[in-house]
Amino acid sequence: MDAVKDTLTTPIFKNNPIALQILGICSALAVTSSLQVTLVMCIALTSVTAFSNLFISLIRKHIPGSIRIIVQMTIIASLVILVDEVLKAVAYDISKQLSVFVGLIITNCIVMGRAEAYAMKNPPVDSFFDGIGNGLGYSVVLIFVAVIRELFGAGKLFGFEILPLVTEGGWYNPNGLLLLPPSAFFLIGLFIWMLRAWDAKQVEEPDFRMAKHTVAEEGA
Amino acid sequence: MEYYLGLFVRAIFIENMALSVFLGMCTFLAVSKKVTAAIGLGIAVIVVLTITVPVNNLIYNYLLADGALAWAGLPDVDLSFLGLLSYIGVIAALVQILEMFLDKYVPALYNALGVFLPLITVNCAILGASLLMVERDYNFGESVVFGAGAGVGWALAIVALAGIREKLKYSDVPDGLQGLGITFITVGLMSLGFMALGGIDL
Repeated sequence: MDAVKDTLTTPIFKNNPIALQILGICSALAVTSSLQVTLVMCIALTSVTAFSNLFISLIRKHIPGSIRIIVQMTIIASLVILVDEVLKAVAYDISKQLSVFVGLIITNCIVMGRAEAYAMKNPPVDSFFDGIGNGLGYSVVLIFVAVIRELFGAGKLFGFEILPLVTEGGWYNPNGLLLLPPSAFFLIGLFIWMLRAWDAKQVEEPDFRMAKHTVAEEGA
Repeated sequence: MEYYLGLFVRAIFIENMALSVFLGMCTFLAVSKKVTAAIGLGIAVIVVLTITVPVNNLIYNYLLADGALAWAGLPDVDLSFLGLLSYIGVIAALVQILEMFLDKYVPALYNALGVFLPLITVNCAILGASLLMVERDYNFGESVVFGAGAGVGWALAIVALAGIREKLKYSDVPDGLQGLGITFITVGLMSLGFMALGGIDL
């Protein structure tokens, strides 16, 4: 049980796919302007990662090494087509807002990266939980960014008004920058800063250290 | 002609793949530490995009779209749900062919590109450009121009970022922001700069 808990929780903060492994960043930036869309994206990605890990792990002993990338791609692409069709049937508006980003789950490096790094070497059940764990790690960052962007950019959460806007007779003056895409970069940058301030092991070594500031001696 | 030129410029600057649409971010952040590596990857992306987008355009228009199989006597068949699988297949196959071709006939370029060529298969800018092309209903000519423009734009962005990061390593960055964190913030600022081009209508 402990092992399962570990595989589930390590990717959330200790080994976060976005903040530490630099995986799956494209969609993190583009779909985070509203919380509802973000949640759908997170669920889609978590389920694709979990099931692609499960299926790839099931057949891992039968995949010839030289064509493994194509086999993995085919499994992932089929799962993504499934998710895409389900979204179009159940939540058409959201699927329109996500536009190409559902399709781009295929090339989302989290899915590929976990399949290659974990599912090819571990038994199916562990891989399934690893997929869910990494999906959750991705979701934590996305939801953090989306809550800040929607709350302070539009004064809403899930489309419900939380902070009444000045334009509608309230008191809150929205920060328009947060609705623009570049703000996602700043927020993820700051998230990484917070995470590394909390867990100093993740800090990267700089190429050059600054020399200590020295004061010139009197009369020199 | 003027229309195509407009499309080209729009694909490079206004709808820059990396800084406005945010595609190909993983490689964009991971391989931008050195300008030389960035140039190599940029050229590879331009070549692959210029080829794959038009090829996917042909596949979509003559095989997959609703009623596209009319020439084969099957006017009612709609295979568009197979889109994703076909595009990624085309991209993987083309990258492989390009690799073999370069290895045989242009070994200098092949050695310069090195590991970047296979990496391109999983670069979302490539698949993203194909999906955007389908979404916007480009015809063959437009897709060639769009593919080339998107590639040039992405290459431009990664070379610019690599230039900044080469200088950045001499600056005093707070510990937690070191490396990835400061890169995110830099890209955010670059992206703000590119937004200034957003109002231009060609």
